[in-house]
Amino acid sequence: MTTMPQIDLAGAGVQPATAVAKPKVVARDVNVHYGEKHALHNVSIDIPEQAVTAFIGPSGCGKSTFLRCINRMNDTIASCRVTGRIELDGEDIYDRSLDVVQLRARVGMVFQKPNPFPKSIYENVAYGPRIHGLAQSKAELDEIVERSLKRASLFEEVKDRLDAPGTGLSGGQQQRLCIARAIAVSPEVILMDEPCSALDPIATARIEELIDELRENYTIVIVTHSMQQAARVSQRTAFFHLGKLVEQGPTEHIFTTPEDKRTQDYITGRFG
Amino acid sequence: MSEHIVSSFDTDLDTLRSKIAEMGGIAEKMLGDATLALVRRDAALAQTIIAADARLDALQRDIEERAILTIARRQPMAVDLREVVSAIRVAGDLERIGDLAKNTAKRVVAISGELQPPKIVGGVQHMSDLVQAQLKDVLDAYAQRDDQRAMDVWQRDERIDALYTSIFRELLTYMMEDPRNITFCTHLLFLAKNIERIGDHTTNVAETIHYLVTGVALSVERPKGDKSSFTTTEAVDK
Repeated sequence: MTTMPQIDLAGAGVQPATAVAKPKVVARDVNVHYGEKHALHNVSIDIPEQAVTAFIGPSGCGKSTFLRCINRMNDTIASCRVTGRIELDGEDIYDRSLDVVQLRARVGMVFQKPNPFPKSIYENVAYGPRIHGLAQSKAELDEIVERSLKRASLFEEVKDRLDAPGTGLSGGQQQRLCIARAIAVSPEVILMDEPCSALDPIATARIEELIDELRENYTIVIVTHSMQQAARVSQRTAFFHLGKLVEQGPTEHIFTTPEDKRTQDYITGRFG
Repeated sequence: MSEHIVSSFDTDLDTLRSKIAEMGGIAEKMLGDATLALVRRDAALAQTIIAADARLDALQRDIEERAILTIARRQPMAVDLREVVSAIRVAGDLERIGDLAKNTAKRVVAISGELQPPKIVGGVQHMSDLVQAQLKDVLDAYAQRDDQRAMDVWQRDERIDALYTSIFRELLTYMMEDPRNITFCTHLLFLAKNIERIGDHTTNVAETIHYLVTGVALSVERPKGDKSSFTTTEAVDK
């Protein structure tokens, strides 16, 4: 690993060996409790910008919990308590003065099941830019909608029926619509929680192709149960087990020569 | 290593391992018999070696097909992927060892009617004994996933190279002494070269074992003792 610029973090004296060159998101000693349950233990990770970072691990390992910390989605769960520090571009996202709505505009999210609004395709994409006041005119809004749909590789398929309901699209198209909706507010980070688990292999391949294209402009974090998918789309991979971040590193390293026995057992299908 | 959740995956890998072991046994026997046939000038024994090579070729094809099927069906990762890739590579080396042993046997048949000074055969036999020990060690190292033992084999090949260089010089001397030795000595030269090449394939297997066990390819150059490429008749005269 080459020399990394030091990140000035209070309480984080030594740079972890797994630090990355240009971290977009920096997490240190993140702990999550759901009531009495200690769901996440001391997670520290750097997430590089313009790259795809995959979180893998068995069900209940904490990977989705951690993903949801990055845009404070866990705030919506009453019993949930998050401690530690998560920074976006060096700014503490759990700072009291921070506007959570603004944060979620910067850190977008795509869910496991495509969840378009029960509105037209156009409105699904236009909704975010409108409430955030990103467009001054109808023409400008039209342009944002078209650009977002193009970036999500959906425009050609829906350009003649933008007024049709978003829920009438196929599963794969709905998921791309949700990605277009996330992109429309110009986020910097896109979190994806098993975005392909409800899709067939062809729709999955199109989303993976899209993720690869989006990486040029966005920081992407994806939670996936498919190890092949993690191996295919990500540059870095983090393995979670029993609420702990066990191992993280370049994807090719994790999938060919993992260092921790638990990682090896999981990716080779030896978990008892 | 603990077992896979899908037990038929373990069966697939076990089958690959046992087929490699079978190939190793055949290759060992072919090399041993070829040397014995040379020493005893036994053309009949040499013929059985030539026949045995077909089985080795069939096994190699079988291992390759199974390995490819395993990759397609199981998408092996990490140590499993190295295991499958290593099986393909080791099978390839063992198949080449078989070819070289077969060619050695063919040359034994060719020279079985020639006059020969027994002393030179002794040098080749000694080299073959060393190579057979190397082959046995490397096959054991593969079966036991023993990197240290594989690295010992890898280091020791230098001695075989040095021995080959001295046989090369010795054969040149015989040929210069009496042109009637040329046919026999030329065959013996190729035969010695075959055995030296078998030694090189054992080091390939050793490198594969290192990769299989550690996940890292050997990046350093192997110590080499074969100077025959630079040997001239002037050098032999001195």
